[in-house]
Amino acid sequence: MFKKIGFRLIFVVALTSLIIIGVFAYFNVKAQSNSLITEVERHANQLAETVISSTRYDMMLNQRERIQQTINSIGTQPKIRDVRIINKIGEIIYSSDSTNINKMVDKRAESCYACHAEDKPLEQISITARTRIFKVHPDSNRVIGIISPIYNEKSCWQAECHAHPKNQKVLGVLDVSISLADVDKTILRSEWEIVIFALVAILAVGLLIGYFVRKWVSLPVNDLLGGTQQVSAGNLNYTIKDLGDDEIGKLGHSFNNMTKKLSEARMQLFQSDKMASLGRLAAGVAHEINNPLTGVLTYSSFLLKRTKDNPEFQEDLKVIVRETLRSREIVKSLLDFSRQSIPKKSSADLNEIIDKAISVIENQLSLNKVKIEKHSEPGIPNLTVDANQMQQVFINLFVNASDAMEMTGGTVNIKLHRITLSPYGTTQIKKAACSKRHNLMDNEFKIDGLPALKVKVLSDNKEGIIHFDPVYGKRRNSFNLDFKINKDSKFVCPECNVSLIQPDKSCPKCGSPVLVFEVEGQGIYEVCSSEKSDWEKWEFVDSAGLKECVEIKISDTGSGINQEDLSKIFEPFFSTKGQKGNGLGLAVIWGIIDNHNGTISVESEVGKGTTFIIRLPLAQQR
Amino acid sequence: MNRTSDILVIDDEQVIIDAVIKICSLDNYSVDTALDVKTATEKITKNYYPIIICDIMMPDGSGFQILEEIRRKNLRSSLIMTTGYSTVENAVNSLYKGAIDFIPKPFTVDELLSSVYRANNYQRIKEKQKQLYLQKLNDEVLYVPCPSKYLRLGYSTWIFQEREGSVLIGVCDLFMKTLEATQEIEFQDTEDEIAQGISCASLKCSNDRNHKILSPISGRIVEVNEKIKKYPSLIEKDPYFEGWIYRVIPANLDYEIKYLISCSSDRL
Repeated sequence: MFKKIGFRLIFVVALTSLIIIGVFAYFNVKAQSNSLITEVERHANQLAETVISSTRYDMMLNQRERIQQTINSIGTQPKIRDVRIINKIGEIIYSSDSTNINKMVDKRAESCYACHAEDKPLEQISITARTRIFKVHPDSNRVIGIISPIYNEKSCWQAECHAHPKNQKVLGVLDVSISLADVDKTILRSEWEIVIFALVAILAVGLLIGYFVRKWVSLPVNDLLGGTQQVSAGNLNYTIKDLGDDEIGKLGHSFNNMTKKLSEARMQLFQSDKMASLGRLAAGVAHEINNPLTGVLTYSSFLLKRTKDNPEFQEDLKVIVRETLRSREIVKSLLDFSRQSIPKKSSADLNEIIDKAISVIENQLSLNKVKIEKHSEPGIPNLTVDANQMQQVFINLFVNASDAMEMTGGTVNIKLHRITLSPYGTTQIKKAACSKRHNLMDNEFKIDGLPALKVKVLSDNKEGIIHFDPVYGKRRNSFNLDFKINKDSKFVCPECNVSLIQPDKSCPKCGSPVLVFEVEGQGIYEVCSSEKSDWEKWEFVDSAGLKECVEIKISDTGSGINQEDLSKIFEPFFSTKGQKGNGLGLAVIWGIIDNHNGTISVESEVGKGTTFIIRLPLAQQR
Repeated sequence: MNRTSDILVIDDEQVIIDAVIKICSLDNYSVDTALDVKTATEKITKNYYPIIICDIMMPDGSGFQILEEIRRKNLRSSLIMTTGYSTVENAVNSLYKGAIDFIPKPFTVDELLSSVYRANNYQRIKEKQKQLYLQKLNDEVLYVPCPSKYLRLGYSTWIFQEREGSVLIGVCDLFMKTLEATQEIEFQDTEDEIAQGISCASLKCSNDRNHKILSPISGRIVEVNEKIKKYPSLIEKDPYFEGWIYRVIPANLDYEIKYLISCSSDRL
């Protein structure tokens, strides 16, 4: 439970308010009780002054009975616990409690200590020093006592009784004790009030914070968490619902954006792989079928020659030859489809290619009431492309757009501009070789679906193969060896055993030998030979920096494509046109763009239209 | 080096070897066989075969290795490349690297026989040339080489780039010399697209054989030589000037030109 952000936040806020309110309450109660005590002190002092002045006359007359009476009558008042007069030597001479009379008080007692701390007692001290608060028993109420000195004066030493010598300063003290039961009760009550207030306040703050934390943090974070779990489980079509416009809302938004891009990238990769396998399949099929077809064709045409004088055989054999020739054409078109032939690239003006494509199908489009508008950013440089293939791409896309607007008519909008993309983690090594030009790509071992780079390791009469990630910047290398690589290990080409170690160079991170691969037409790729290091360098890609691309957006205002079909439109044999199409158009387009190291993606909204986005790199890798 | 057979067939498929043996026996050629690159290399090192028919894709290597072997050892054999993996790339590449012909699989009896027929004549011409050279009779002209500004695909067809950007296509004299007298030429029409390494016309000769002419470049035909339509023999009489076949607007000249051999080089 403590691992939840909401709970932690509530806990911290509650703790903070507990401390603040606690400190406030402590000082508040203290101040309150201090002022109450001061009030009582003042009151007691006043009372003491009153007792002294009301007994003064009786003292002058030395009327002890009357003094005792006065003290008794004051002592009976409620709250007043005790009133005593103590003489110079510490004997209680008058007391409201008659049992105490004539008892001696110890000068060392706490009540006397303020003045009698030193040998010569103090004669004058402040009111607070004269005050003491104490408990008679540990469980009885608190009591405040105040001692007022009775000073010698002229009438005292001139009185008839001559009880006090002239040089004496203090004749005795009056001690008044008042019970603090009421004051204590008031303080206790206000203490309780404050504790209850504090608890209520903390509870209220906690609930309030809890509510908003849940609303603004916990629930959206749970949604995000659910989303990431969905995505990590492989559901890339999952989108997080709108989470408002705060930071978490923006996070959700960029998360959705990211999964969309991820699913597009996966789609591209998937498609690339599929087209590649289809190409391999077609090539394999062509080769495998062409050989037996050669048998059929040669033998049948051989027989055709040998049986010139047998018209009955001739007819049948001609059928066999004709149909075999037909099969030959079918296989040939299959090969053409799989685009085994690499694109014939030369420098070409993209605008010119598009204009040509437009002129080819303009008539067809105007019949369908479709207009074409083209906006090109000025200064689009020439690209190294196969002009024919690119023209085919644009014609196919325009025809598709026109088909989508068949009923309604509309506009096809073409926009060209330059953009810049980062190459790191996206550039793939497609062909690597040793210094003797042996292919080091391993089609049998793939890392994330792409053929890895293979290297043979020789170490103490043992040998094994290790694999490096073909995607620059990903570093998912594979070292599956049943022995350890040491200083004397050799890294060689599996075909010719030529060393792959770059002489006079070691890994700048760990000092291990550096392996070097020649990447066809793209310089050299260097990687640290140690399993632990992730150092790698591909100067060609690094120096190229950000990838400059030309982006071509082709939008129509047609019927659009629904989400379900959108993910499938580049698949071969997928068609929404029924009998009209063969489902190869977009698959071929995809293959052509991929052969140009470009990407194609699609955005569509049903009823509003479709946009195809093609990105072609400015610097072609061949 | 012994000459044991006229032809060596290299293919990993027995059925094709059998078919080639059968077909070649029609023209009375003797045929030796090899099922892989290794055996083939041994055989061509030991014996002399005027004609080699070679598949590209084999389990232990490719037909290009044989081509390389012939070049390296300076053998006089003529190689005809054949493959089921018949892409244009393979065709023009093998011609560029010295094969004298390319036959995509599956092929018919006539296609193979006419190719072997040409190869045989080619071989004969080269043989004769060598003898003349040894006898110091260099002045005797067996065939007219193509003019120095021309480019050629193998030894068969040439192109000439005109100033307007169009290209003339024709057949080399050496190729014509490997044929009998031309009786008839089968053309494609103007506006037709032709592709490099793929047949663009066919010559019918006096001995009833048909010979396909591989186009040296891809493009669109804008003009067919009317003169040659009327007088097919012009193609033999003046193959490099009046005897051109098509005027073409090239589609991918920049790319395709790398598979063409400059006529000013002394490569054969």
